Amino acid sequence: MRDNKKGDTVKKKVVKRATATGRTIGQHNINLVVNGNPYELLIGKDVNPEHTLAYTLRETLGYTGTKISCDHGACGACTVLMDGKPVLSCMTLTIECDRRSVTTIEGLEDPKTGKLHPIQQAFIDHTAFQCGFCTPGIIMSSKALLDENPSPSKQEIEDALAGHYCRCISHYHVLDAVSDVIRKSEVK
Amino acid sequence: MSAEYRFIGKATPRKDARDITTGRAKYINDISVPHMLYGKVLRSRHPHANIKDIDTSKAKALAGVKAVLTWKDVPDWKVGNPLHLRVLDSKVRFVGDTVALVAAETEEIACEALELIDVDYDILPAVYDVEKATEKGAPQLYDQFPDNILPPIAPFMGDNVLQNIVIGDTEAGFREADVISEGTYAYENIPNPLPPEPPGAVAEWESPDTVHLWISSQGPYFDRMTLFYMLGRKVNVKVTACQCGGSYGSKGNSSPIFLQAIMLAKASGRPVKLCLTKEEHLNAFTLRLGSRIQGKVGMKKDGTVTAISGNWLVNTGYYSLITQGQVAVGLGEAQLIVRCRNWDLKSKVVCTNRNASGWIRGFGGQELISALFLLLSDAMQKADIDPFEFFRKNFVKYGDSTIWRDGLWWTSKVIDFTKSMDKGAEAFDWYKKWQGWLKPTSINGTKRRGIGVGVLGNADAGEDVSESLIRLDPTHHAMLYTSICEQGTGQRSSLCKMAAEVLQIPPEHVYIVPQDPSVSPYDFGSVGSRGTYAMGAGVIKAAEDAKQKLFELAAPLLNAGAELLDTRDGMIFIKDKPEKIIPWRTAMGVTRTIFGYGRHEPDFSLCNILMSFVEVEVDIETGKIDLIRVVNATDVGQIIDPPCLENQLNSCIGSAAIDSAIFEETVLDDSNGRMLTANLIDYKWRTFADLPEIKNVILETPFPSHRFGAVGVGEITTAPGPSAVLMAVSNATGRRITEYPATPDRILKALGKL
Repeated sequence: MRDNKKGDTVKKKVVKRATATGRTIGQHNINLVVNGNPYELLIGKDVNPEHTLAYTLRETLGYTGTKISCDHGACGACTVLMDGKPVLSCMTLTIECDRRSVTTIEGLEDPKTGKLHPIQQAFIDHTAFQCGFCTPGIIMSSKALLDENPSPSKQEIEDALAGHYCRCISHYHVLDAVSDVIRKSEVK
Repeated sequence: MSAEYRFIGKATPRKDARDITTGRAKYINDISVPHMLYGKVLRSRHPHANIKDIDTSKAKALAGVKAVLTWKDVPDWKVGNPLHLRVLDSKVRFVGDTVALVAAETEEIACEALELIDVDYDILPAVYDVEKATEKGAPQLYDQFPDNILPPIAPFMGDNVLQNIVIGDTEAGFREADVISEGTYAYENIPNPLPPEPPGAVAEWESPDTVHLWISSQGPYFDRMTLFYMLGRKVNVKVTACQCGGSYGSKGNSSPIFLQAIMLAKASGRPVKLCLTKEEHLNAFTLRLGSRIQGKVGMKKDGTVTAISGNWLVNTGYYSLITQGQVAVGLGEAQLIVRCRNWDLKSKVVCTNRNASGWIRGFGGQELISALFLLLSDAMQKADIDPFEFFRKNFVKYGDSTIWRDGLWWTSKVIDFTKSMDKGAEAFDWYKKWQGWLKPTSINGTKRRGIGVGVLGNADAGEDVSESLIRLDPTHHAMLYTSICEQGTGQRSSLCKMAAEVLQIPPEHVYIVPQDPSVSPYDFGSVGSRGTYAMGAGVIKAAEDAKQKLFELAAPLLNAGAELLDTRDGMIFIKDKPEKIIPWRTAMGVTRTIFGYGRHEPDFSLCNILMSFVEVEVDIETGKIDLIRVVNATDVGQIIDPPCLENQLNSCIGSAAIDSAIFEETVLDDSNGRMLTANLIDYKWRTFADLPEIKNVILETPFPSHRFGAVGVGEITTAPGPSAVLMAVSNATGRRITEYPATPDRILKALGKL
C-alpha cells in the first residue's frame, strides 16, 4: 500500500513556511500550524474558499489520519483540536483558520521518542476500537475533555463523546479506556 | 479452559492497534496514486425510466474532465445473480441509479461536469411493494424476470441451493396442533448497515490485461475472483485491500463500484479514485432485505411446533447480488431455531424500484426470524408458552438433521446449548421477570417495563474454503500468508495468535502479509462468523504442517523421531529429554525457510448461538422506548481474544440491529421513490449518551471444530435483538406491537392514544 506523501510535497514545494514569528506574508494567505508545523497556504492556490479544514488537512497537507465520514457535522469522525478545543473539521472552512493551531491524531505521539499519548495507549490496551474509522475523532475529543477536566464522571465522558458515531459499538471499551487514563493520572 | 493455553484466550493488542490509534492506518480514501483522477457518478432522479437521450458534450468540454461514460460507451459488464444488471444501462431502476460516470482532475470539476450532462428520460411507472411487484400488470424492472421474480439460483452455493423448505406433511401437522396462528408479518423497514467509511475503490491499469485495484472489502480474494469473471476472464485483477472502515457484510456488495472505477481508469488512461459520499452511501448502497412472511404455524401446548407453512417474500430492491444465497442461509437458520417435522415454506425474491438490499451481517437469517418470530410469538401467546422455554426446547440439538443452504441434509454435531441459555436466563433473571404475555415486568407511573428474548444460530461458522500458508524463518519468526482483511473483528490478529499457539512463539513474532490476494492463497472472506473456525482451521493446519517439516529437519540432529519433538520460543527439544535442545536456525540453516500449507473444507455440521434477552421501558404517555438492559448468552467453545469477542457481542446494538426495532429505519417516499433519511442527521443512531447496560455471558464448552475447539459468533450478534425488542415492548404496553420499528406513534396508536 502506498503512503500518501502529498503532504510533504505541499509543505516543501507549494506552501511557504511561515516566518519564525508566525507573521503573515502577503495578504491572501492562511497561516496555519498543524501539529506544531507552520504552513502558509495561498488562497486560490492551496486553499479555495469552499475547502473545509478536513479537506485541507487530508488532501492538501496529507494528514489523512483525520477521517471524513458524513461530511455533514453529524458523526464526529473528523474531529480535530483547534487551539485545544474540539472542532468538526468538516464543518470548518480553512479560510477561517488563519493563525490557528490545529492538532490532529498524528500530533499526539511524541515525534522524537515515538511514545504514544496515554489516551492512545489506553485505546490499545483496551482494544477500544473495531474498524477504527471513528477512533481518531474519539481520541481527539477524549483529549480535549481530559485537558479541560482531568477527572470527569462517567456521565461527563459520555456527554463529551455523544457527538461521535461508532457503528461497530466499541463505546463500552472506549469508556473503559478513558476511565483508565483518568485512574492512572490520578495515581500519579 | 484458557489456562491450558499460553496465548489463546488472553487479551493481546491487535496488530493494527498502533496504526489505528495514531492515524497511520490507510483506509481506501487515504490512498493516493500519482496522476490520480477523481470519479463521480451521475445518479437518476427517477425511480424507473428509460434513458431516451443523453448529451455529455458540455461535460466533456469542461477543462479538467478526462472521461465521461454513459451506457453507450462501456462494455457489457454485468453484476448480479444471475448476471442481470449492466453496470451502466440504458434504463434506471431506482432514485440513485447510475446514469453516467465522470473522471476529472479534482472532485470539484467532476461534480461540476455531472451538472453539465443532459439526460432525457422516458419515465416509467414504479413499484416498491413486494406483493404489488408480483401482481399482473406491475411495472417490470427486467424483461427476463416476469413478475419481477428472480430465478431461485445461487451457483456459488451449489446446484441445489435451498429456496423452499418442504419437509413432512404440514396438513397432518396442523391437525396435531393445539393452537394455530396465521397472518402476515414483516421486517421491511430496510435499515442501513452504514459503516462509517463509505465504500470505494482506486483503479489503475498497469497493462492492457492487468488492473490494480485498491478496495475497501471484506473478502479480497473473493472480490478478485468475481471481478475476473465479470471482466470476461481476460484481465488479471490485482487487488490490494485497505484497512476496512466497517462493513458489517455490506461491502461485499461493492462490485458495481469496483467496475465503475475500472471503467473510468480504462477510459481516461489514468488511475481513478471512486469513493462514495455519505449521501450516496445512504441513497445508493446496500440496505437490509425487505422480509415479509404470509404464514401459518401449528403448536402444541408443550411448545412443540407441529407445522410451519407459508410464503416468504423477499424484497431485494433493484437487483440481487446474492439475495437468493441469503434466502438459503435464512431458511437453514430457521430450522436450527425451530425443530419442526413439517414444513412448507416457500420463498420468492422480488425486484422493486428502490435501492438494492443485499449482503449484511445476519445474512437472511435476521430478516427471516424478525418476521417469523412474530408469527411464532402469536402462537406462543395463545398457548401460554414462556418464549425462553420455547427457544430452549426448540433450538437445534446434537443429532438433529436440517437442510442447509446447499440443499443437503446435515446432522448437527453441536454441543449442548441449553447450558448457555440457562446461564443467560440466570444473569438476566428471566424467570423472576417473566410475568406472562402482554404483562409488564414493572409499572412506575407512566413508565412500564417489559422483557423479551430472541435467538439465532448459523451453521455457516464452518462454511466455505480457507487456505493459508505459514513460512517459518530461521530468525524464529513466522509469516502468515492469508487473503483475510481486517474490517474490525481483529481476525488477522487472532489468526496470528492461533499460529503462535501452535508454533509456541510469541504472537508478536508472527507477522502477517499485507491484505493482498495476489500473494496469498484462497479465502472466501471474513463473513458468516467463519473467521474463528473456518479460517482458524486453515491457519492451524498450515502451522502444524510447517512445524512437522521443521521437526523432520531437526530429528536427525537430535537423534530422535520427529514425533518425539516439541518446540517453544524458537527452540526444538525432545519431549522426554528437554535438555536435548537446538534452535530453529540450527535445524533449518540460515538460508532456508519452511512453508506449511493448511486448508479448511466446508463443514455445516456446527452452528453457533446467540440468545439476546432485552428489557425495555416504555413511557405510555409519550410512546418513547428506553432500552435498559441486554444480556447476550453464547457458547463459543474457546475464547480466542476476550476484548475482540466482547466488542463483537456489544455490536448487538450496532449496525441495523436492535435499534431497527426501536427507531432505526430507511424511510422511502413511495410517491416518488426518494429516500427521506439519506443523511446522518435524519438517519438516527444511538450515541454514547444512550447506552444500555450490556452483559455478555460467554461459555466455553469445546466444539468438535479444530484444536482449540472454538467457533465464531460475530456475524449473528445483530440478529436476535429486533424481535426480542418487539416482544418486550408488547409485554410492557400490554398491546401486541408487530411493526418495525416501534416508534412512539405506533405505540401510542396501539394504546388507543392516537
